[in-house]
Amino acid sequence: MDTSPYEAFAEAAADGIAFDGLSATTSDGQVEVTTPETSVTAPVSAPRGGLAPVEEYITDWFFWHQHAPQAEDRWAFLRWLESAEERSVPDRYEALGDGHTRSWGQLAVTVTLGEGGERRYDLRHEADAGTPAAELTGHDDPREMRDIVEADERGRYRPLKTAPTLVDGWVFHDIDAATLLEAIEYCYPATVANWHREREGELDISHWRETMERQTGIYGVIQTWDRGEGHDHVEWVAEACCADSQCLKRREWQYDGETDLSTDGGDGAFPCREPCSVVVSAARQWTKLEGEQSRTYEFELTPSEKEQLEALVDAVADGRAAEIREADLYDGANRYRTRFLRAKLFDDEGNLCGVPTSPEE
Amino acid sequence: MATLVIAAHGSHLNPGSSSPTYAHADTIRDVGGFDAVRETFWKEEPHFREVLRTVDDDEVYVVPLFISEGYFTEEVIPRELRLEEWDPEMWDSDGTDASQATLTAADTGQTVHYCGPVGTHEAMSDVIVRRAESVTGDDEVGEGFGVAVVGHGTERNENSAKAIKYHADRIRDRDRFEEVKALFMDEDPEVDDVTEFFESEDSEALRASGRSHGRRPCEDIVVVPLFVADGYHTQEDIPEDMGLTDDYREGWATPETVDGHRIWYSGAVGTEPLMADVILERAADAGAPVGDALDRVREVTGGAALAGD
Ligand code: SF4
Repeated sequence: MDTSPYEAFAEAAADGIAFDGLSATTSDGQVEVTTPETSVTAPVSAPRGGLAPVEEYITDWFFWHQHAPQAEDRWAFLRWLESAEERSVPDRYEALGDGHTRSWGQLAVTVTLGEGGERRYDLRHEADAGTPAAELTGHDDPREMRDIVEADERGRYRPLKTAPTLVDGWVFHDIDAATLLEAIEYCYPATVANWHREREGELDISHWRETMERQTGIYGVIQTWDRGEGHDHVEWVAEACCADSQCLKRREWQYDGETDLSTDGGDGAFPCREPCSVVVSAARQWTKLEGEQSRTYEFELTPSEKEQLEALVDAVADGRAAEIREADLYDGANRYRTRFLRAKLFDDEGNLCGVPTSPEE
Repeated sequence: MATLVIAAHGSHLNPGSSSPTYAHADTIRDVGGFDAVRETFWKEEPHFREVLRTVDDDEVYVVPLFISEGYFTEEVIPRELRLEEWDPEMWDSDGTDASQATLTAADTGQTVHYCGPVGTHEAMSDVIVRRAESVTGDDEVGEGFGVAVVGHGTERNENSAKAIKYHADRIRDRDRFEEVKALFMDEDPEVDDVTEFFESEDSEALRASGRSHGRRPCEDIVVVPLFVADGYHTQEDIPEDMGLTDDYREGWATPETVDGHRIWYSGAVGTEPLMADVILERAADAGAPVGDALDRVREVTGGAALAGD
């Protein structure tokens, strides 16, 4: 690490180097370098002057082999961040000069070039793209990401890290690769590892059935929800929990190895390889609720009241209820409208239209 | 070198559930001893199922931040980590003796040293005592004080009561406090009646038996719940059950007077910084090359004067 890029490069060239369009070998104390643009040679003992024309290639090699974390998945992720597999070194260096940005969930990561080809990173919420770093709350300790991700903008705890409710207004500016990776790991745990496995064709997906069959204890009951009568219930779970509006992971698990769900899995950059603990907990509750038999109830509603009930369900399901303006009486889920409906239709026990839930009551 | 993975329950509802896990992980990170320290949860991410793939090392020490041996430590964690050769017999424990087992994770091929839970490690007794010191603000606390170690009871897991009794016995044997009791939330002796177990008659009987060195009635009682994190049980149930407050939302004083006793209620033992030491001890017992990290952790967490046994 304490050697200069040139010396480290010249030393490594003894074993031959082929990387990012450059190739290098040594013979008779000379290092010979070929790039798509040119060929140069220099003495191994003092390589700097002779290799100066291919400086970008040298510092690029140096960063990727000496600075960047070498763990395969994280290395691949850092390469992906700067589109390294698609662009030549000179192209990339030009782009990195201005900063090259990619998004990861709700994160925007901008790569720039630092001293001697070292990559520097800027990590922030994508909604803050374009805001000067000085106007955002600055962080440099990746552990601080834990506080950032804990609650949504209304202060509610976020049990699902990949819910699209990450708050904005913060930045990790001018950080190195290790800090970046650690911060991302706290924000979206294991997403880099699973993304990489998927790219390598090695993502180990556990579908709904096998995941639920694995459950024991209070979750063991979920298995009874699969009754060999189709998988509509799982379609509903996926639509309820895994849509992009609820979770940024791209759902890759299906009902089972043979039966795909028709519900869209989403477009997220990183895959979801099995039903998560939030979905498992919810499924336990639904297993209990869905064990009930349906009954016929009779309610008298005006057409507008029926539509209002539908609007209410929509507003809550879309997380819109809190945004409806106080005096927006056109919206069925408006608070006054809803209170009026309750005043008119509920009896003292809270029964809709006075109809008891259980007739025996 | 190796990676330490701390496995905890976590919560979908309460952000405070995972804070002790992060705090202890940070303490251990800061003193070194491992290449990396990772947290993993049952209800949060990274999940037990996915944590190992985020770890670079081939050698991993997994320490469950759980109080007792039972469902989570014997069944859930090993299954979710894909330690397929696991069998609870490998711990050769009757409820409080789990040490470690060396296994291979089926999805990553890593060697996993699967350690017993922190709650049954003998150093946990020191953490309970430290909790008594910190809640009373007195490093010498003992004389005139009783200690109640509180747990769930056997309803869900018989080993849970074993762990509570194990530490109560160990602390009692040190003869530092006037009286030490194991109390439970859902069975006798119940925490609801905490003051009854520290009445002066008790102490007088003890004195008459010649077992005491001039013990006096325990006007002061330190109550330490053996829980990993503060939550519903430690912040709502137990304080109300003991009569510290009628409504947990209104809080209570420390100490709070109940039936003529001063009750020093400490909150979950798992939030005590010295817990980091127990985690490290667990890993070291399993052969982790922690070097002098144990000494350094004790310096930071105030455990330098650990009594040990
Ligand atoms: S199961 Fe669904 S909600 Fe859970 S992480 Fe996967 S995609 Fe997201």
